[in-house]
Amino acid sequence: MILSNTDEVPGQKIEAFYGVVSGSTVRTKHIGRDIMASIKNIFGGELKGYTELLHDSREEALERMVQQAESLGANAVVNIRFSTSSVAQGAAELFAYGTAVTVEP
Amino acid sequence: MDPGLINLVFVLVSLLLAFGIGEWIERRHYKSIRVREVECKHLPTVTLERLPVPKGWTYHSAGMMTGHVVISVDHFKRFVARLRQLFGGRIRTYETLMDRARREAILRLKRKALDEGYHAIVNLRIESSRLASSGRKGKGTAGVEILAFGTGVRMKKVGA
Repeated sequence: MILSNTDEVPGQKIEAFYGVVSGSTVRTKHIGRDIMASIKNIFGGELKGYTELLHDSREEALERMVQQAESLGANAVVNIRFSTSSVAQGAAELFAYGTAVTVEP
Repeated sequence: MDPGLINLVFVLVSLLLAFGIGEWIERRHYKSIRVREVECKHLPTVTLERLPVPKGWTYHSAGMMTGHVVISVDHFKRFVARLRQLFGGRIRTYETLMDRARREAILRLKRKALDEGYHAIVNLRIESSRLASSGRKGKGTAGVEILAFGTGVRMKKVGA
């Protein structure tokens, strides 16, 4: 599966469109990470626990999007966008969407 | 001792401590950013959809990549920002926070692209979102997340 956030895959032609595909996940961090983060919050700097959490969540959202594209018979997703929103206190939704297409060199 | 005085001393000490350590962390971060920016300088990164291909070369493959970071300011800087809100104007302490977070996210993206053998990054996009902590009724800022993403492209010689 080729992923791209450009209108088309560089160097390849789009042969067919399958419409929008998307994937999302809502995650929250566990209390241990929360406590660590609030200590880090005093001194500033990177909150590694949150970085990892968001990385994993985003990968999962992308994975779901890819699965949807595969089930449609596409071999690429173009013009991928991300959006993040905090649905509830301490929980965030990560959403990835794009257009499923078939590309050929 | 007067409990009010103890409280005041505690607040001052914690502010001083946050200032010292926070400043040290920021300086160390900037130093590492500058070093890595030089290392990744040779990778063309553009916000354009496509990059002109050098003569005799053609696109080989492409793939999307992301780089991101969650970063937070220290207690002292947050205090300064709150004071600033009384008078309005620039909050420099937050400007440096956003600056280094953005540069860090782009650097991580570039590092990944270089490790995977891409020759350039096109259509670079940067997004930011604020993470609310569950403490203080969700009002306290746990940090900001900066996400940088783009499409890496590999090129090959025509006929190769």
